[in-house]
Amino acid sequence: MTASQFIAASPLPEIVPQRRRHGKFVRFILQHPTIFAGLVLIGMMALIAIFAPFLGTVDPTALAPVRRLRPPSAAYWFGTDMLGRDIYSRVLYGTRVSLTVGFAVALLASGVGLAIGLVAGFVRWSDAIIMRVMDGLMSIPSILLAIALMALTRGSVRNVVIAITISEIPRVARLIRGVVLSLREEPYIEAAIACGTRAPRLILRHILPNTLAPLSVQATYICASAMITEAILSFIGAGTPPTVPSWGNIMAEGRALWQIKPSIVFFPAIFLLLTVLGVNLLGDGLRDALDPRRTLRL
Amino acid sequence: MNPPPLLEVNGMVKHFLIRGGLLGGITGRVRAVDDLSFTIARGETLALVGESGSGKSTVGRAVLGLTPLSGGEIWLDGTRIDQLSRARMRNLRHRMQIVFQDPFSSLNPRLSVRACLSEPLTNFGLARGSAAREARIFELLDQVQLPRAAADRLPHEFSGGQRQRIAIARALAPRPDLIICDEAVSALDVSVKAQIVNLLMDLQKELGLALLFISHDLAIVEHLTHRVAVMYLGGIVEIGPRDAVFSRPRHPYTEALLSAVPKPDPTAPRRRIVLAGDMPSPRDPPTGCRFHTRCPYAFDRCRVERPELRGDASHRFACHLDDLPSAA
Repeated sequence: MTASQFIAASPLPEIVPQRRRHGKFVRFILQHPTIFAGLVLIGMMALIAIFAPFLGTVDPTALAPVRRLRPPSAAYWFGTDMLGRDIYSRVLYGTRVSLTVGFAVALLASGVGLAIGLVAGFVRWSDAIIMRVMDGLMSIPSILLAIALMALTRGSVRNVVIAITISEIPRVARLIRGVVLSLREEPYIEAAIACGTRAPRLILRHILPNTLAPLSVQATYICASAMITEAILSFIGAGTPPTVPSWGNIMAEGRALWQIKPSIVFFPAIFLLLTVLGVNLLGDGLRDALDPRRTLRL
Repeated sequence: MNPPPLLEVNGMVKHFLIRGGLLGGITGRVRAVDDLSFTIARGETLALVGESGSGKSTVGRAVLGLTPLSGGEIWLDGTRIDQLSRARMRNLRHRMQIVFQDPFSSLNPRLSVRACLSEPLTNFGLARGSAAREARIFELLDQVQLPRAAADRLPHEFSGGQRQRIAIARALAPRPDLIICDEAVSALDVSVKAQIVNLLMDLQKELGLALLFISHDLAIVEHLTHRVAVMYLGGIVEIGPRDAVFSRPRHPYTEALLSAVPKPDPTAPRRRIVLAGDMPSPRDPPTGCRFHTRCPYAFDRCRVERPELRGDASHRFACHLDDLPSAA
């Protein structure tokens, strides 16, 4: 009864589309102004961190009680603190600490969390065990966990990074596990299994690349939150040692003088705010751009 | 004695357990496939038809070992495959491939067509060396009638029909004996659907493939299949050669399905059998005949006793009635 309607159909395939042009990255950036703004802010901070010694700074730890508590002026752009140290120099050098902590924590937490999440999502029997441990870690407020870990060790940038990383890992692990669980059900994963793909290759080739979009978004938020946590830890004296200028330290030291010399707290706060803003803009932009409902892919 | 069939499914059972409660205990089971048997010979097409939720796709996935069985046996060419270890199953996977319904989710969006087609070739150690692999990829693209330039493109650059061709090429890559088409043309436009159906039929003739064609589209099934198995609520209610089933259905459900197929001739007399209600939940299937809740001819016996498959060797049906009242 219906055979005739099939015979009439053309056997020729449709035209194969043209290959896309290059310059994708530039167009991508122009289409996403939030990503652009975030990258500009982060780029500025990175340049400041790298070139801090060449930006008209002096030794940020040099004490000069004679010139203490100077207001901002041509000689001391941001003024001096109660020990006569140049706040401009201290803030610029502090950028190094914040960026180091932010990026190191983002990288470490993403890497370890990714590995844990992949195992939990892929190896069924391990899931319950791993995720209960992660839930346990997550039930402790991250700042408290970081304070507790810092109390066990000596204050140093490295220990701050480790402490914040440990408190951030569970969130990444949970995110990646969720992504892996949903990817496992995708027909192309089943097709790959039917094609004889072994588990390691399946993870590397089919699952891992598809976790990178949500992971990179999460990493930016971790970066921002790590910088804030570092500042808080330093502010309460549980973070970087006082010999290393960091934005948290500077604000902590200026706290007592807030009413007479607000500039001591003000300048590092502005830098922290701009950096976190830049990272968050990047994260929001990436989240929108990598939304799976859009066809755009990095 | 006849050679063993290419695929033999014997009493397949697949229950999905529903876990719930505080301790994750079993609170129920979905009887997705319940005591189902069929065979497919080399080069033969068996169509598995039925409405959504009848368990058709579960059968396909279970045959491939993508989901473990709750009971029953699967034999591939005389080898029992349902209890093989993962490693031994992997060595047999090249003999059975699958084409999924949705060509947009069955291809990894990040892999080019070349990478996608190379995967089964490298996994199974076929076409060793890049020159041999390249030649095989071009051969596959030719077989599914895609231009060779398609090899460097990503899946999202193609239309639905083209993507389905890529999926078919991937299934053909390890030179399988059996391809399971799980609603492989259901998501496509009518004209594209016809192209893909014709392509599958051509490939079958050319390569001697056996097809397990899972579908709810009876018009297409009638066009391409050799035999038909009608599924309802996890079980086969009728199985037989295409012409026999289509011209003289022996099960009321088959009859109702066939009456719903649109006919191209508007003046032809039609008698629609409209079934009341929905398919019962496979979580709580009816007693007796699974179909009695919706059967227009149901009588007391149907509510109590489940009919076994009966009939002659080729055309079997599960109904207490010898003849449907409408056929008399």
